[in-house]
Amino acid sequence: MADGATAEAGARESAVAAAMALRDVTIAFRLGDGSVYNAVDRTSLSVADGEFVTIVGPTGCGKTTLLNVAAGLFRPSSGSVNIFGAELFGLNRQSGYLFQSEALFPWKTVIENVAIGLEIAGTARSEACERAQKLLARVGLASFGPRYPHMLSGGQRKRVGLAQVLIRDPKILLMDEPFGPLDAQTRQIMGNLLLDLWSADRKAVLFVTHDLEEAIALSDRVVIMSAGPAARIMGDWRVPLVRPRDIAEIKLDPAFHELHREIWQTLKSEVLKGYAQTDGG
Amino acid sequence: MSRIKLLLLQVLVAVVCVLAWHVLTAVPHGNPFLPPFFFSTPYDVALQIYKWFADGSIWRHLAITLTEATFAFIVGSLGGIAVGFWFALQPTAAAVLDPYVKMFNSLPRIVLAPIFTLWFGLGMLSKIALGFTLVFFIVFFNVYQGVKEVSPTVLANARMLGMNERQLMQHVYWPSALSWMFSSLHTSVGFAVVGAVVGEYLGSSAGLGYIILQAEGIFDIAGVFAGMFVLAAFVLVIDAFVTWVERRLLVWRPAAAETRT
Repeated sequence: MADGATAEAGARESAVAAAMALRDVTIAFRLGDGSVYNAVDRTSLSVADGEFVTIVGPTGCGKTTLLNVAAGLFRPSSGSVNIFGAELFGLNRQSGYLFQSEALFPWKTVIENVAIGLEIAGTARSEACERAQKLLARVGLASFGPRYPHMLSGGQRKRVGLAQVLIRDPKILLMDEPFGPLDAQTRQIMGNLLLDLWSADRKAVLFVTHDLEEAIALSDRVVIMSAGPAARIMGDWRVPLVRPRDIAEIKLDPAFHELHREIWQTLKSEVLKGYAQTDGG
Repeated sequence: MSRIKLLLLQVLVAVVCVLAWHVLTAVPHGNPFLPPFFFSTPYDVALQIYKWFADGSIWRHLAITLTEATFAFIVGSLGGIAVGFWFALQPTAAAVLDPYVKMFNSLPRIVLAPIFTLWFGLGMLSKIALGFTLVFFIVFFNVYQGVKEVSPTVLANARMLGMNERQLMQHVYWPSALSWMFSSLHTSVGFAVVGAVVGEYLGSSAGLGYIILQAEGIFDIAGVFAGMFVLAAFVLVIDAFVTWVERRLLVWRPAAAETRT
């Protein structure tokens, strides 16, 4: 387990090659009564190109806010974000963001939803639709193009969301508990689909979840955040499991169990702290 | 319930009502519960409606009312869309003008009718103006809400996909505002008709409101009822048309989310 100092050093060291590097990011909100709530405190994290990193933390620890900072949707109070070595100002155009809640355009059909990312960049409609159709086939929705999002199940909508993000071929993928609202079986299927798509061109991924099993099964590195306020990174583990993986089968691997036990030691106290706070407040 | 059964039940309601009306105006003989002088009879009303359609005189009035309502709807909608977008995208303008919008909206439109007659004359223009003041606010509030209520996640997603301000307008704000506007289509179309008929009623030389007023002037209760029934049927036909349009425009909406404000 790495403490704060070595994690920072690690971030600085790999900053040159990193697809994304957050440095000393602090996120504070001014509350209604004038006081300042420190959500995330001086956190550094880097994701190498082609690396799958997952942030796990108790509810309300600021994981999503940290992801929004990486996306450029939210400006940190202090600290910086570097994307492929260049400091980020404004939106992070090199990344695709898969949101936790519904983000599809309900007034567009499935294929229009996927094609839009290309269309707004100037690609001809026919070509955009052709490529969207190919991508829909890859996420297993080849015949769903003419439907509207409300006609799809939650898992199918997530597949459309994935295709919508991937069609722009972003260098970095940001994912905020994308499979959170799905049932256990669908989550496994979606996890395998994600790994399958990811293995084709190995983008840098920053994935946020509260599910430690999902985190270990998917990632190269698991990062644990402490309970807020002033959430920090509590630990950083490499996942030595071999790829390609099957989400359901990898969970039977003894190495998986060992790692899970080890990380859980750290996570458990933070989860309890997080619950205590939400109960108290 | 099947469609045929539903339709039969709906017709049954009308039959029962007309039958009750007939019985109450006819029984007991010579001294009925509802004197025909005040309540007319189904037969007289039907006869009056038949006469109107038989000699074709009603068509001109219907056409005029329909024209007035259509123009009131179109102009009111365009105005509502323009101002709705302006307010939603310029919060300062919205904040400054907010009390005035509330003020105008709380004004009973009927008090405006004489002024409009004075300004625009007895012709169609004054009725269109009255309908406009009704339609405008419904469309305005819905468009304003539609632009403001775009899900922040959808908006963030659109930005992350690379949309600029113009594309956000085209792909996000506009469809959202239109969906809100269409969901209030029944109300705004209804109010366009109300504006036209009330305007005619208060001073005109043609239209459904005019023939109802004329009948009232000579205590021709059958004529008043006949006018109301023609108006009701007219509104039903327009409403059916609106439903048909709505179904085409809002295909992307889940059925449960359909609102009827």
